[in-house]
Amino acid sequence: MTAVGSVVPLGAGAVPSARRRRRGRPALVVAAVVLLLVTVVAIAPGLFTDASPTDTDPVNALAAPGGSHWFGTDQIGRDVFTRILYGARTSLLLGLGAIALAVGGGTLLGLTAALGGRVADLVLMRLADILIAMPPVLLALLVIAVLGAGTTNTVLAIAAALIPVYGRLVRAEAMVVRRSGYVEAAVGLGLRRGLLVARHVLPNALGPVLVLATVGFGTALIYASALSFLGLGTRPPAPEWGLMLSEGRDFLQTAWWIGVFPGAAIAVTVIAVNVAGRYAQAHFAGRTTR
Amino acid sequence: MRSPLATRRALFSRRGIIQGAAERLLAGTAVMLGAATLAFAALQLVPGDTVAVLLGPTTTASPEIRQQIRTEFGFDQPVPVRYARYVGNLLHGDLGSSYQLQQPVSKLINDQIWPTVQLTVAAVAVAVVIAVVSAVVTAGRRPALRATATAWELVALSTPPHWLGIMLLTVFSFQLRIFPVAGAQSLSSLVLPAVTLALSVAGVLGQVLREGLEAALEQPFVVTARSRGLSQSAVRLRHAFRHAATPLLTLAGWLTGTLLGGTVVIETVFSRPGIGSLTMQAVTSRDLPVVLGVVLLSAFAVVLIFTVVDLLHLVIDPRLRTTEAAL
Repeated sequence: MTAVGSVVPLGAGAVPSARRRRRGRPALVVAAVVLLLVTVVAIAPGLFTDASPTDTDPVNALAAPGGSHWFGTDQIGRDVFTRILYGARTSLLLGLGAIALAVGGGTLLGLTAALGGRVADLVLMRLADILIAMPPVLLALLVIAVLGAGTTNTVLAIAAALIPVYGRLVRAEAMVVRRSGYVEAAVGLGLRRGLLVARHVLPNALGPVLVLATVGFGTALIYASALSFLGLGTRPPAPEWGLMLSEGRDFLQTAWWIGVFPGAAIAVTVIAVNVAGRYAQAHFAGRTTR
Repeated sequence: MRSPLATRRALFSRRGIIQGAAERLLAGTAVMLGAATLAFAALQLVPGDTVAVLLGPTTTASPEIRQQIRTEFGFDQPVPVRYARYVGNLLHGDLGSSYQLQQPVSKLINDQIWPTVQLTVAAVAVAVVIAVVSAVVTAGRRPALRATATAWELVALSTPPHWLGIMLLTVFSFQLRIFPVAGAQSLSSLVLPAVTLALSVAGVLGQVLREGLEAALEQPFVVTARSRGLSQSAVRLRHAFRHAATPLLTLAGWLTGTLLGGTVVIETVFSRPGIGSLTMQAVTSRDLPVVLGVVLLSAFAVVLIFTVVDLLHLVIDPRLRTTEAAL
């Protein structure tokens, strides 16, 4: 991302946005702080708490939020705040893994379709048509029905559901780049095909796709937490936000905090991701050769 | 998501409406045949012996019985024969038999489809109303108002539906006791699930609609309409809205897919019967024919709506109907 950013003069292509940028900035700053905080928590949850996410304390079970337990305790006395801190890593990695696989797989498919000749293009794009006709959540559930439940399979399932979308995006960008002047020049200079793709087509086609992948990361986070919520992803007693939300579902009448806070953690993270993604989109708009 | 307006216009202007419609239908059929082929491939992919899956883990069936089952289900036939039979059965609406429930998949879906249809239709209505109101009221207005609308839409589309459902249940069912906690018996049990399913969709629709409205409000025909003495709101509703509604229609296919996927989560949150809970049962017990039946049916709905929308564009936007000769 930094490589892309350094090439672009600040505010390039965003002519009407002087006003918008001034207005958009406070939200962006808040979003950046939230994302930074969530990242630090995911890397080192121990910095923020001395408690253990799995230690039970039956005496203090179902304690309401308060001084010693900020977000209360669950049905077996585990501290909800601590579990949210320790759950950040799993929740983020699920989403990150899924979107990385989706973009990686999509890039492979998209480049093959764009550069691999008419037959490859026809076959891959019709395949994408078929997969895009299937609702992503159902496609992910189908993959889980075939592979079985579990953390790794959740990541694979979400990636599979998103790959056709990114495959199409990469193909469209690669098609544009392929016809551009600098690629023609490189071909004219006799650059080898592999080098041409690696040095010119891929970096230029991937920039806009990576910007869109920011928003896609938010979607992947929601899907991952949904699959965990449905009991198909992370297994208890591991702390994971979607799983905690589903555990809290059984205690809504007596202890709303068990489910409400982990869900809020997902929502806040996804909102921050989307704010950042929107900004990136607006910032890099017009950079595409289209 | 589909072919952009420009290519579609070229298609229809060059070859006329009927040919264009035929091509769309053909493409839709091809996608459905592809989906059926993928479904068939997925059935072959299921790990282990299908007969063993059918009989369950605790069975002591003799080899003769296993062979009998194999013949009955046609597992002993070569792959092309089974494929032809599978596609043929699909054409007759036969989605195969559930491994676990010993019933035809089409019957299982048929028994469960009504609560899901109610939920989906209610959610579409709620989402469209929220999006239209939010967009029409705020498009091209003061920056503060626009910023507020943009912010709420961003929050709406970023909120995980399963969390929103839990929040609404906590507040309106457990604390205030306005709506029932579970089930699908009464109209009031439909309110919370429909709102939950609708909100993220409303966020996306609202954004698309407002962008469309703002683009339309800058068009010359808006100035013309204003100069004829039409009020600002009349211009918005009668002229600009019609333009802005076209991309909304394009999103209908995506909308259907999102809602059909969303029902799985929502029906679990609110303990509602329906296709979603049927799917969940089937995924948990790895009952592949049922999952495939639901996926194929959803794909059919999405393809059908994409095709209908493409044809509707001709009706809504007369420019798409012009032939090159007329130009």
